[in-house]
Amino acid sequence: MTIRAPMPAALADRDIQLHPLSRRLMHWINALAILVMIGSGWRIYDYYPALSLNYAFPYYLTLGGDLTVDEAMNDEDGLANALLWHFGAMWVLVINLLLYLIVGIVSGHFRRDFLPVSPRAVMRDLFAALRFRLDHRLGRYNAVQKVFYWGVLAAILVTILSGLSIWKPVQLQWLTALFGGYEFARVVHFFGMAAIVAFLVVHIALAILVPKTLVAMVFGRASSAPHLPREAAND
Amino acid sequence: MTDSNIMPKPVIAGIERRLFLRQTLSLGALSLLTGCDITNNDQVQSVLKLMSRWNDRAQAFLFSDHRLAPTFAESEVVRDFRYNAFFPVADAPQLNAADYRLELSGLIGDKRPWTVEQLHALPQESQITRHVCIEGWSMIGKWSGPRLGDFLQRVGADLSAKYVGFQCADGYSGSIDIPSALHPQTIMAVKFADEIIPAKYGYPFKVRIPTKLGFKNPKWVTTIFVTNRFPGGFWEDRGYNWFSGS
Repeated sequence: MTIRAPMPAALADRDIQLHPLSRRLMHWINALAILVMIGSGWRIYDYYPALSLNYAFPYYLTLGGDLTVDEAMNDEDGLANALLWHFGAMWVLVINLLLYLIVGIVSGHFRRDFLPVSPRAVMRDLFAALRFRLDHRLGRYNAVQKVFYWGVLAAILVTILSGLSIWKPVQLQWLTALFGGYEFARVVHFFGMAAIVAFLVVHIALAILVPKTLVAMVFGRASSAPHLPREAAND
Repeated sequence: MTDSNIMPKPVIAGIERRLFLRQTLSLGALSLLTGCDITNNDQVQSVLKLMSRWNDRAQAFLFSDHRLAPTFAESEVVRDFRYNAFFPVADAPQLNAADYRLELSGLIGDKRPWTVEQLHALPQESQITRHVCIEGWSMIGKWSGPRLGDFLQRVGADLSAKYVGFQCADGYSGSIDIPSALHPQTIMAVKFADEIIPAKYGYPFKVRIPTKLGFKNPKWVTTIFVTNRFPGGFWEDRGYNWFSGS
């Protein structure tokens, strides 16, 4: 655990987080598209829940217009606007994600920053994190972070694919069959969303705890103070 | 001397950045939390409608005239099918064969009206397919009747036109693209679950299109027309996507 070893101040190095403009743009476009998909998706869900939980998302958390205004504008009770948002933002999400994947692979960002991720490192960092002893160093991801990013990427892909399969159960019937048929694909789509929301909760909480990561994602660069022994740093 | 004069430049920049950051964040959060207000903005509405037109074209591109909707076993057919309309079942139109005539208009050669018996006399197709509602529920049903494509050919419809439109006894209306109208599984369902289709499911017939969402399957049809002018429809005029393919 070299990270935790006290270092002479003279040798201490600054940690620097750099995000090129392309990555920042794609991150925030993705963030917006995902929020629109979730907000409109929640309203669509409410019209006929995929799960028999007897639960509906509170209307004020959903996207699709004010119900009374919708009624006055469209003579319709608020589903149409949610669908328009969902199937509009879908293109933004997918095109942006494809660009992100291509740039991430070609530029070496994935290889450099998200790999390698060994099970042993994940276990070690996970236990450290659970004891609040995991250092967050700008510019390099620990194993738990790496797993989280791969996980949310997988969740987004599964949610997109299951979404396509319930949008086109005839033209893409092979995909619908892959997700266990139309009804089950809706359940998969729901849990994909739930996984993304779970990621978002942790992701946003950590960004609030370590605000410099947010600075880096907005302005492209953030650096920490030189790593000092803990006592000195706390002064 | 004001405070800013004694502060070193990077500190000011830092503060301004933080302020800017906080403002952008709160603006973003605000617009998301009040997303409902954005939706009802006229400009947002026109962008959303534009995306919907784009989706019409994307779906027409994805549509294949020879790809069939999946079919199911007799044992999977739901007999107590969900009644669905924008009015209670008691108000469903009660049409009777003696008075009923199917009117034809627009770009159709032979506009003579059709009786129920004539529709039953045409070659019949049967299908067990999944009806998918735009709200998300779905049900497997069995429908039988003449193919719409055969019917349109028989009455000399202009198949190089763009749209087939429907008007219904309950005031409902709808329209579809010609390729979907000619799809082999698009039928004028005069029967449901091997029985004459009852009033609540659309007697004397429902246009059954398993390659489209449920609301694109009009019931109690009284007029079929062919046109090049975009006819819209009941729900389409209220914001539902027009193509709404499955």
